[in-house]
Amino acid sequence: MASNVSAAAHAPRPLRVRALVRRLADGDAVAHIVTLTFAASIILITSLLVYQLWIHSADSRKAFGWHFWTNSTWDPVFEHFGALPFIFGTVVTSAIALMIALPLGLAAAIFLAELAPRPVSDAISFLIDLLAAVPSVIYGLLGIFVVVPLMRTVIGPLLKDTLGFLPIFRGPNYGLGLLTASIVLSIMVVPYIISVSREILLTVPRDQREAALALGATRWEATWKVVVPYARAGIMGSGFLALARALGETMAVTMVIGNAAVISTSLFSPADTIASMLANQFSEATGTIYLSALIELGLVLFLITFILNGAARLLILATERGGGHAA
Amino acid sequence: MRKITLVVCVLLGLALSLGADTPVLLNAAGATFPYPIYSKWFSVYHTDHPSVSINYQSIGSGGGIQQLKAGTVDFGASDMPLNDQLLSQFNFKILQFPTVLGAIVPTYNIPGVTTVLNFTPQALSDIYLGKVTKWNDKEIASANPGVQLPGNDIVVIHRSDGSGTTFVWTDYLSKVSSEWKSRVGSNTSVNWPAGLGGKGNEGVSGLVEQTPNAIGYVELIYAIQNNLGYGLVQNASGRFVKASLESVTAAASNAAPKMQRDLRISITDASGAGAYPICSFTYLLIPAKIPDATKRDTIKGFLHWMLTTGQSEVEALDYARLPKAVISIEERQISEVQ
Repeated sequence: MASNVSAAAHAPRPLRVRALVRRLADGDAVAHIVTLTFAASIILITSLLVYQLWIHSADSRKAFGWHFWTNSTWDPVFEHFGALPFIFGTVVTSAIALMIALPLGLAAAIFLAELAPRPVSDAISFLIDLLAAVPSVIYGLLGIFVVVPLMRTVIGPLLKDTLGFLPIFRGPNYGLGLLTASIVLSIMVVPYIISVSREILLTVPRDQREAALALGATRWEATWKVVVPYARAGIMGSGFLALARALGETMAVTMVIGNAAVISTSLFSPADTIASMLANQFSEATGTIYLSALIELGLVLFLITFILNGAARLLILATERGGGHAA
Repeated sequence: MRKITLVVCVLLGLALSLGADTPVLLNAAGATFPYPIYSKWFSVYHTDHPSVSINYQSIGSGGGIQQLKAGTVDFGASDMPLNDQLLSQFNFKILQFPTVLGAIVPTYNIPGVTTVLNFTPQALSDIYLGKVTKWNDKEIASANPGVQLPGNDIVVIHRSDGSGTTFVWTDYLSKVSSEWKSRVGSNTSVNWPAGLGGKGNEGVSGLVEQTPNAIGYVELIYAIQNNLGYGLVQNASGRFVKASLESVTAAASNAAPKMQRDLRISITDASGAGAYPICSFTYLLIPAKIPDATKRDTIKGFLHWMLTTGQSEVEALDYARLPKAVISIEERQISEVQ
């Protein structure tokens, strides 16, 4: 130490270098730098992605401006491009898919976390995690060979007989359409909701349950009124994970949605989503405005996802402040 | 001893390398419709000329055009010929060589109807415009006397993805219906007035098979290989013609005189009693100036081979051969590749 002090008087730089080397050899600083680099690279890659979408869609943005978001025609021949039918299709199919999948997924997660014996719960969870790994083309085939005929022969006529007075169930039923695509999407996102919600429910501390039971609650009341609200943030997080998957889903949707760029009040009508349209038309597109419009469509999807996820975060924050943990 | 071995090895190496030609690798990309025959041609050509390897990626006509523009491939392939507007986007001249012929047929699924139906051009365009909505409409019934057509709604099926098949179909409809031409036009992808979309020929035929009262359009080769029933279409001479390799080649040979000036002439709705009206060529897009002499000679050699020996391979794969008149026009165009 004494030698260092005297050395400091003559040559301050070597001391700082030696101190730095000692810190790096420590490991903590290295870990700090490496993890910071990787985290920053994610942000860098995302910004590069947005940048590329932005510059390659320049021609289309110049030609159409904000009308791109409000026009309903997609005409490659006369070069009029509008994204509204695809935004409609994307949002509606994802919303309905979540409306179907959330209650089902949550109920299954509650059963697996709270009510089922542990070995059963583990076995079923393992199978559900496998379901999440199935490629989306397989779900598309399931859609074409099972859901579409079922919709055309059983579900469609049933809905028309019972709820046919509602405008959403009027119109011809081809088997393909918004409702079929939503059903296929819900089958795809349910595993996400179940596995994440189950994990979250399992992390709720035992004393919460025990306190509720001690106060005289039934098993169901303890689950529904204490455990689930405690895990609300995580469950909503799983919902938004599912939403993110549903918004971007391509192959399964394009096989069953009917691919017609129309906006209709009927759920039996064919429609189209942004991802499905991009997958179908990108490889054969020629001409600068056409390609630029397709890339702008990609930018629109990115923005929608971003906005919805942002709204999700705000919603979770709001409900947490509103008393997620309070009894 | 070691020195002698070394000398022998060097001499052997020299001898071997002198005997072999320098390997030529060409890259190409483009249309999916002719991929089976191109793939066959490139492999047969490689067997006959072992130093030449041609690598073809069937990424779609649009992709082929993009890659040719970017200079990543030596030549491209497209179902749709490049019009002047598209050609102006290139900064070099492109020569277009028709290679094989294809045809599009209307396929349908009407419960209770097993006979082969006749379709007039007006019927097809009005069905796809959404103006004719029932199978027993008089536009369809008048061409099919004696057939009991039900009063069910027609379900129109079209392609959801961009495709040369759609280009040929809409090109034909634009020729036979001025309303189609002004309202919709022709391209690899259009703003369809009515109907559902299926992805690929298999998507369309699958939907037609599954959906009662549906009508769709598929490639002739696809229909032949999958034993699909398809209708007859009335040609410009008024006869109802069934699509076959003969009727397709007849359409092309009748159009040959018009192709003297420009090989991009569309052959849909061709004249001639035996001509099938909905067919088209698929094109190879060759740059007019190829600086690398080896590549240039290889490409010209392949084109010449394709127009002579190559044509004998096409019918086995259900493509129609080029008519002789078109082949001679193309042979003359090969000399324009410098």
